[in-house]
Amino acid sequence: MSIAIDIAQQPARGDRSQQGALALALLSALLVAACLISLTSGPTGVGLRDLVSYLAGSLLSGHQTLSKQDLIVLEAVRLPRTLLGLLVGAGLGLSGAMMQGLFRNPLADPGIVGVTSGASLAAVAAIVLGPTLLLPLQTALGAQFLPLMAFAGALINTGLLYRIATRGGQTSTVALVLSGISIGALTMAATGLLIFLADDRALRDITFWSLGSLGGATYGKALSIAPFILAALALLPFLARGLDALVLGDAAAFHMGIPVERLKRISVLVVAGACGASVAVAGSIAFVGIIVPHLLRLAIGPSHRFLLPGAALGGASLLLLADSIARTVAAPAELPIGIITALIGAPVFLLLLLGRGGRGLID
Amino acid sequence: MRLSSRLTCPDRSGLPRLVLAFFGFALLSSTVVRAADSQPEAHRIVSVGGTVTEILYDLGAGDRIVAVDSTSFYPPEAAKKPNVGYMRRLSAEGILAQTPDLILTEAGSGPPDALAVLAQSGIRLINIAEPPAAETVGARIRAIGAAIGKTSEADALAGKADDDLAKLKADLAHLPPERKRVMFVLSIANGRIMAAGKETAADAMIRLAGATNALADSTGYKPLSDEAVIAAAPDVILTMDQGAAPVKAEDVFALPALAASPAAKQKAFVSMDSLYLLGFGPRTADAARELASRLYPEAAIR
Repeated sequence: MSIAIDIAQQPARGDRSQQGALALALLSALLVAACLISLTSGPTGVGLRDLVSYLAGSLLSGHQTLSKQDLIVLEAVRLPRTLLGLLVGAGLGLSGAMMQGLFRNPLADPGIVGVTSGASLAAVAAIVLGPTLLLPLQTALGAQFLPLMAFAGALINTGLLYRIATRGGQTSTVALVLSGISIGALTMAATGLLIFLADDRALRDITFWSLGSLGGATYGKALSIAPFILAALALLPFLARGLDALVLGDAAAFHMGIPVERLKRISVLVVAGACGASVAVAGSIAFVGIIVPHLLRLAIGPSHRFLLPGAALGGASLLLLADSIARTVAAPAELPIGIITALIGAPVFLLLLLGRGGRGLID
Repeated sequence: MRLSSRLTCPDRSGLPRLVLAFFGFALLSSTVVRAADSQPEAHRIVSVGGTVTEILYDLGAGDRIVAVDSTSFYPPEAAKKPNVGYMRRLSAEGILAQTPDLILTEAGSGPPDALAVLAQSGIRLINIAEPPAAETVGARIRAIGAAIGKTSEADALAGKADDDLAKLKADLAHLPPERKRVMFVLSIANGRIMAAGKETAADAMIRLAGATNALADSTGYKPLSDEAVIAAAPDVILTMDQGAAPVKAEDVFALPALAASPAAKQKAFVSMDSLYLLGFGPRTADAARELASRLYPEAAIR
């Protein structure tokens, strides 16, 4: 074990922490740019000049020179949408990176611990059964019905999986993966049954939900998911140290003083909260959780100290940029954002892999 | 898939939808009341919903429409207007960008969050709450007429629509007692028929035309088993013209499950335009009359 500690403490050959710090700085700058683009692009043509005069109005002079409509576009449409995109993107990127670290598998995503399948089942149930069986619940919760259902579905499904995979205080990641596959098949079957029962309108709603969107963003939505994302960010130092140690295996990490079981429990809980909340308000947005951590690993290596915050920054940037495109390219209509994240992400990813002669896959 | 909004039942989820509409539009109610009182003229209308657009054109307000949704494809020139997307997935900013002075929405438009933002903008937002059905045609026309300041034109059009429906009922009273059993085929995929059961727009139209839905047991649009098709024993196959791959008579009657049906023996196959047949707009009575005359050629309706 002394070897591992030596490596951790001495700046050895292959130390990429300088690269990591640089990448974080660049990603922060990218995120600021993405926020600006998100705030200044859209079908109404409210642009940078309007944003500047809005900021000057609200911060300096105290009275607005913008027209009422432009004010509404900025305050009621774009600002909540940018905030929501920031949170959802950070949540998705971070969750993906954590799952890959926890399972020591570069293809892992929050779907493995049942977050997306549970949220999907509950969301589809909300759409299909909302006007009939679940009507009292729907009328009581109003517009929050679907997001709350999806979030509850994500938590329940993940909790169930975790219980199944835990024997005598030990959680086996292999058992988690395997029971995840069978529970996933069950939720798929239940979702399929609901789809069979659905009418055409519900089918169409399901399709759009499954492609994701930041449309209909409100401050309420952003506020309600913020605690889950912020909690995940606050736990980053603890998680990063633990996940770095976990690379060596459960036993080695334990001997390095990492509370392995607690780490697993907290990781799963954080992912269920952050990813579940993201999926609940924005639908299932594919690919952000896979592509962003991978790109980062290619650039700065596998150290979670930089990877986790980088994935949060990168995920937020990617989602904001994708959303800016989604709402302008088919204006005045909107494309589902899942299409854009995959359309941007996949080719960039492929190019990087090809550029490294395919070695990136094995790193 | 532009048809899908037409295919759902006009009356099935009426109550839940009303409740939903009540919540979604709780914020907007004051706007709506004010609008009904003053009846100002609207010159830049965003029209959401196929029949809303159709009625606007019938009222002579087609040139005042600045944008439509993706379910508005009749009359054909409506489809050339800027498109704000699917009626249940509206984007607030996309609609604001059209600088409208009136937004007219059909029952079921959404999402509620986008409508709430639009209501906040001070633009008149009027929801036509009655779901599309034969009985609500007149009321919907009058509501739209009031919204755009064309009350007298709307009264005339609504009166005509109601008269047409009453006349249709009177004419269909003389149909032979033996009602035709009609199967509405939405599509055929892999040799399996997707047909309309109860609580669908197609079922409502079949009954309006004085016939019986051959699938009295199923609900919604469901793929049928061959045995269910044989048991249904339809006298006539009804389908829609529209779509990239329209259902063709020879394909339908080539299916083993239908080969022995009364419809196959008579080659009884009726195909009509989708929005005309299932839109439940001002042309509903005409569509039902045409359908009835093709179902019962011997009864000489007209």
